[in-house]
Amino acid sequence: MNDELVERIESNPKYKELVSKRNSLGIKLGIFVLVMFYAYILVIAFNKELLATKIGDGITTIAFPIALGILVLSFITTLIYVRKANGEFEDLTKEIKKDVKDLI
Amino acid sequence: MLKILALISIIALGAFAAGDATFEATKRDLNVPAIIMFFVFIAGTLGITYWAAKKTKSASDFYTAGGGITGFQNGLAIAGDYMSAAAFLGVSGLIYMKGYDGVIYAVSFLVGWPVILFFMAEKLRNLGKFTFADIAAYRLGQKEIRTLAAFGSISVVVLYLIAQMVGAGKLIQVLFGMDYAYAVLMVGALMIIYVTFGGMLATTWVQIIKACLLLSGVSFMAVMVLYHFNFNFESLLVKAVENHKSGESILSPGGFITDPISAISLGMALMLGTAGLPHVLMRFFTVGNAKEARKSVVYATGFVAYFWVIITVVGFGAIAFLNSAEGAAYFVDGKLFGGSNMASVHLSHMLGGNAFLGFISAVAFATILAVVSGLTLAGASAISHDIYANVINPNATDEKVVKISKITVVVMGVIGVVLGIAFESQNIAYMVGLAFGIAASANFPILFLSIYWSGLTTRGAFIGGFMGLITAVALVILGPNVWKDILGNKEAIFPFAHPALFSVTVAFVSIWFFSKIDNSPRAKREKELFRAQNVRANTGIGADGAVSH
Repeated sequence: MNDELVERIESNPKYKELVSKRNSLGIKLGIFVLVMFYAYILVIAFNKELLATKIGDGITTIAFPIALGILVLSFITTLIYVRKANGEFEDLTKEIKKDVKDLI
Repeated sequence: MLKILALISIIALGAFAAGDATFEATKRDLNVPAIIMFFVFIAGTLGITYWAAKKTKSASDFYTAGGGITGFQNGLAIAGDYMSAAAFLGVSGLIYMKGYDGVIYAVSFLVGWPVILFFMAEKLRNLGKFTFADIAAYRLGQKEIRTLAAFGSISVVVLYLIAQMVGAGKLIQVLFGMDYAYAVLMVGALMIIYVTFGGMLATTWVQIIKACLLLSGVSFMAVMVLYHFNFNFESLLVKAVENHKSGESILSPGGFITDPISAISLGMALMLGTAGLPHVLMRFFTVGNAKEARKSVVYATGFVAYFWVIITVVGFGAIAFLNSAEGAAYFVDGKLFGGSNMASVHLSHMLGGNAFLGFISAVAFATILAVVSGLTLAGASAISHDIYANVINPNATDEKVVKISKITVVVMGVIGVVLGIAFESQNIAYMVGLAFGIAASANFPILFLSIYWSGLTTRGAFIGGFMGLITAVALVILGPNVWKDILGNKEAIFPFAHPALFSVTVAFVSIWFFSKIDNSPRAKREKELFRAQNVRANTGIGADGAVSH
């Protein structure tokens, strides 16, 4: 990749849009997953008894639905990201490629 | 090829002979349906290998299946890599033994995936070619980075390999009643055949087929377990609590993770380690473009999440069924035959008889072979592609490189067998946890910083990366698992079972520090090169050539 191409792409507003949109979505979803997971781990580390709380009259503890919730939410975050990335971000990337076609 | 097949048959015969010797001791019949299933599998997968071997022509075919795998296929293959023996046998065994503590492993094993997707997957695809070192070495010194990456990969691969070997050995022991050492030897030999002849294309297809079979087999088990309790999870737990010596404490986090440091450390290892596993990272180079790379992560995450849910049912099902009066047949001298890693295998026999046992064992065995092959391939490419082709002999021909990697495969097979025998009694989920810890400390920091931090220099990456790797390996050896249990010392020098919290911190801090104080002209040049790398990582422009042949 030569300097001219780098220069052209970097100054393309669509490139700036792509990078900032993607980074912001990635960071938001990433923080969500990190906070969710570390909250779980920290509860296990410092206050295990909390997870031993039973649901209603049964013996099932809240630890089970919480684990299930983390699994499901992790999957949903990947879905959200890919819907955005394979639609909007992919289109932006295509447009950027078209703009610099003469240099590739 | 014929010679090797002959060798295998001799080993197999020897193993059966050994099986006869232990037959009396364990009072276990040779399980004919199980054995038929087993050999159908071996024949089937060898067929795939043969087919793939005919199609494997270039080095790119060998390492990355020619870049022609779709997102869905790759998602299944990634999930297949992840649903290893450690995941299937190890986590279900851990739940059987400790209850909810095993579920913590399952949850932690998943959360690495979103992180990979948001921050790594497409960038890996846009920058890499064969191994993750391609990315780290994109603008940094080839020799240093590739040497470092190869050491990191080999350490991870070997630890992971041991876990799979232990699982395979135990499984064969249960199935055929044959000697553990022979079983491990047989797995080693089969693995060498798979990888040397078929390469990535074969392991990818074996992985895809096996992922489907494993998911359906374990689903069937979970449904059967729940069927017995009228699909009421609560009733299953009531029965499990009744049958487990620890009672209700199996329903919440317990003694397995005792101190806060270990809990945080394990969580960190499993989460970041996923993004540093060489055999998983390699899968992102088998797809055509960034779009397919992203899709494959979604599929993989979905499959793996579903897998953990059904494994949890199976694990608690194992407590409810095996620890009952009818389950007593699976115990020898008060211990589960083959150890806790075999809980789900015995459960399959209780639920579906000999034929289902045969199916589950064959799937588990195929799982192990496929994962082991993928691992070995990752190890082989670290040596042949990173060390040989880029450091020792840059003018090497394609054939020469492939030849070197085949030699590496044989060497790794031997190492795997020897260590597999040494680590016989370890829980395999725990051992994989250690492998993740090393991946998180050695591979992940370099990879992550090389993609995102323009200030990273060769010197910083090299010194810091090795400090992370050495810290992680040293703390594993000095920790309770190896120092106390394997080497037989009284007290562990390093008290925590998982070192990631310390070693990851050491890696990041030292990479940062040694990059910051690096003011050489070379460092300056490397920092300038970040711009072009970043543009390519973000757009994929310039990367398309990596897959065209």
